[in-house]
Amino acid sequence: MAMTRREFIKFTGLGLTASSLGLLGFGAAGVAQAAAVRPFKLTHATETRNTCTYCSVACGILIYSMGDRAKNAVSNIIHIEGDPDHPVNRGTLCPKGSALLDIVHAPTRLKAPRYREPGSAEFKEVSWDFALDRIARLIKDDRDKHFQTTNANGTTVNRWTSVGMLAASASSSETAFLTWKVARSLGMVVFDNQARV
Amino acid sequence: MTNTWQDIRNANVVIVMGGNAAEAHPCGFKWVIEAKIENGAKLIVVDPRFTRTASVADYYAPIRPGTDIAFLSGVMHYLLENDKIQHEYVRSYTNAGLIVREGYEFQDGLFSGYDEKRHGYDRSTWDYEYDEKGFAKSDDTWQNPRCVINLLKQHVSRYTPEMVSRICGTPQDKFLQICELFAGTAAPDKALTSLFALGWTQHTVGAQNIRAMAMVQLLLGNIGVAGGGMNALRGHSNIQGLTDVGLLSNQMPGYMNLPRDVETSFDEYMKTKLFKPLRDGQTSYWQNYRKFFVSFQKSIFGNAATAENNWAYDWLPKLDIPLYDIIKAFEMMNDGQMTGYICQGFNPLQAFPDRGKIRRGLSKLKFLVTMDPLDTETSRFWQDFGPQNPAKPSEIQTEVFQLPTTCFAEENGSLVNSARWLQWHWKAAEAPGIAKSDIWIMTGLFQRLRELYRKEGGAFPDPILNMVWNYTDPREPNPEELAKEMNGRALVDLTDATTGAVTKAGTLLDSFAQLRDDGTTASGCWIFTGSFTEKGNMMARRDATDPREQGIAPNWAWAWPANRRILYNRASADLNGKAWNPKKPVIEWNGTRWVGLDVPDYGPTVKPEDGVGPFIMNAEGMARLFARDMMAEGPFPEHYEPMESPADNVLHPTVSHNPVARVFDGDRNNFGKREDFPYVATTYRLTEHFHFWTKHALINAILQPEEFVEIGEVLAKEKGIAQGGWVKVSSKRGEVICKAYVTKRIKPLTVDGKPTHVIGVPLHWGFTGQARKGYGANTLTPSVGDANTQTPEFKAFLVNVEKTSAPVTA
Repeated sequence: MAMTRREFIKFTGLGLTASSLGLLGFGAAGVAQAAAVRPFKLTHATETRNTCTYCSVACGILIYSMGDRAKNAVSNIIHIEGDPDHPVNRGTLCPKGSALLDIVHAPTRLKAPRYREPGSAEFKEVSWDFALDRIARLIKDDRDKHFQTTNANGTTVNRWTSVGMLAASASSSETAFLTWKVARSLGMVVFDNQARV
Repeated sequence: MTNTWQDIRNANVVIVMGGNAAEAHPCGFKWVIEAKIENGAKLIVVDPRFTRTASVADYYAPIRPGTDIAFLSGVMHYLLENDKIQHEYVRSYTNAGLIVREGYEFQDGLFSGYDEKRHGYDRSTWDYEYDEKGFAKSDDTWQNPRCVINLLKQHVSRYTPEMVSRICGTPQDKFLQICELFAGTAAPDKALTSLFALGWTQHTVGAQNIRAMAMVQLLLGNIGVAGGGMNALRGHSNIQGLTDVGLLSNQMPGYMNLPRDVETSFDEYMKTKLFKPLRDGQTSYWQNYRKFFVSFQKSIFGNAATAENNWAYDWLPKLDIPLYDIIKAFEMMNDGQMTGYICQGFNPLQAFPDRGKIRRGLSKLKFLVTMDPLDTETSRFWQDFGPQNPAKPSEIQTEVFQLPTTCFAEENGSLVNSARWLQWHWKAAEAPGIAKSDIWIMTGLFQRLRELYRKEGGAFPDPILNMVWNYTDPREPNPEELAKEMNGRALVDLTDATTGAVTKAGTLLDSFAQLRDDGTTASGCWIFTGSFTEKGNMMARRDATDPREQGIAPNWAWAWPANRRILYNRASADLNGKAWNPKKPVIEWNGTRWVGLDVPDYGPTVKPEDGVGPFIMNAEGMARLFARDMMAEGPFPEHYEPMESPADNVLHPTVSHNPVARVFDGDRNNFGKREDFPYVATTYRLTEHFHFWTKHALINAILQPEEFVEIGEVLAKEKGIAQGGWVKVSSKRGEVICKAYVTKRIKPLTVDGKPTHVIGVPLHWGFTGQARKGYGANTLTPSVGDANTQTPEFKAFLVNVEKTSAPVTA
């Protein structure tokens, strides 16, 4: 019988919950024992293929979440393991990758934008509109003030050096491309990433 | 990586030097073990510490941090002296026989053309002799004393085993054993693979460290073959992708260069990018640069980029200096030249050298924006965390925005792994709270700015107003749309000149060979063309079939360029197109075309007898043992001491350090002297942690909860330091108070007759997350960079260490 890994998990999980052990000749004790065993949690989970966020071995991972992606269901990630089909890691993960669940649910994950006023000793929560409106204003004011259209020789240079950006090495290439477009449209040249560290 | 992770299994010898794959890349390192078990491979490890990689090595040799070029030049000397090179490969596939022009010379540590005032070189003499047609002259008999191979022999002749041992502290017998193992792979059917990481890059001579090994690999004929190559084990999940997409000060997507001030027009810009072949009949593939560039401009500026406005060339910013990298950015911040800084998933307060300087720089900004899934140190630089972050908030006027983002598990998209594979991943859950994707945030900023420029006008709004933004959801573009944009499309019906096949307007392109320079094609990143075609998302492919189990798996995801898995694979075959190693051919000539497991890195129907070199991206068609004017320090690698060093440069004491290293004047006074800071320190990662992220994860914080340094038993005894005792480690920049791990893994080295101690400094701790508070290794490290890449010198600097008592608050 050809079965994908996921079907196999479902099959065995269902087998346990349906007390098929009894049918297989384990008798009443077996049935009672099987009934006491919790159904394999991943049976109900949604499996998503992803890639470990740490080093560039780029191990394949399987993320299991509760919730079936229905419109009103909220997914909650409950388990992450190595993808046995992946040609490089073949199901294995290192001490960092094995603990990915803890980084997804780290208590220091940020949940809302925060703002610190000049001289203040604390952050306060703000709305996205407040944060983005204010940043856009700060960027535009500085760009309008310091943008260089030409250099001393009169050559067109169209650069802006007084605001810079560091881009994220764990973001996707698609994010990177969009970020490039935004940064360069502004004429930004103080622009870098983590390639060196 | 030139090769793939699984291809490591094909190696006969594996050298891990400048990295610690068993601990930093454990699941990739399994292929080294596979090579040992299944292929009888020998593993060599050269490292200052006896790492876990070393613990499974067949041969381990210690080395003083920062002396890799001396070691590898010694290897080259050995190979040339003992005639252990792959002659046919070196003769035909490298520039060994090309003749270097008069005027080029090397004396007392300096190459010709040095200008002391600007700490730089006039590189014009670092070139070949040319004939009247502009082709490089050569002497295939290698009789001419100015042949590259003869100049190389002369250059490395100083690196005798005695000299290597004197500089590196590596015992001579161990060095020679390793040379012999290397030499065995000069046989055409044997391969050595080099695995390296930041242990090589984070030096003032980082790029030259890697070049030295690449030269060794060329002499041995190990580039392009199965089980060979130069394999950079990249550290972050998509740092390869960010480099490919050109998120660097001087880069554009696909390794094109951002214009410079001197390139006053598009024509001027193109003049330096014509890549005329330097030998008769060579491919010199970068001749297609104009097609990639025009297609890129069409991609980002659409109809607004026209032949009349030179494809909107002037809308790209131009650089007045070579680049504005991070070290430069913090120099400018400290000088009060910067107003704002945006840190997207990047924590410079932890990651960049001389932490005090980073904190002072951030304090001078008007505003700082951080975008991160985690509560980073950088976003809280202004807050007082005691000695680990002694800030006075009332004195810091910086406005700080801490923007919460999604993490890997909460988004779709592709990441490029070390082997250049673009692998798609899928979203598994929503982000916590009201955290948003980086795409949504960057778009939100862009749309607001565009609106402000529409309403108010302002400085040069053209590129902002004309940037192509025709996404289905303009507020949060779909990653698939962005991927297609990078892949590229036909803008009109295109007819192939040879086959007559028509590609309809709007069709996604299959290959960068379809790109044109007349504005009829668009592609946001030419090296990614073919990754998302009319057949679908090639990056999402999951067929792991691996013919002959040779580590290619051509239908798993997609590799740039053109789904090629082994770069320079034409060099895996001899001049007649037969594999050097008949047991593991990559591509071979079948009489009419190149066929095999991989996509040829070569014209698919170019006959072997046409004499086209295998290194088609180089204008010579050959690999370069002599780098011409491409490197800042010189065409051959030379040993220079780290900026902070325990020893004089015994080869040329008057030019001890890299004469063109990236140093700002203010930082020059911030280097320590060996009298005050007598010990060599080197930073590294632990296997339980990833940079400054995993201290936020409970399991990892439990596994390695607190900051420590690693000190050898001899030094510990000398200084009265007990196992687990408290120490103060200090450099010219700052001090760290932490526990000492007294170890057998680092032994004193004898360098130029003197005992030299090395201290290991793991880099993971800060003041946010679940682990205990730490000072961070960058409190100690010097602000100085490689001359080519500006990579900071984290792997060799000077410190002092003293026993101290436990801090009261610990």
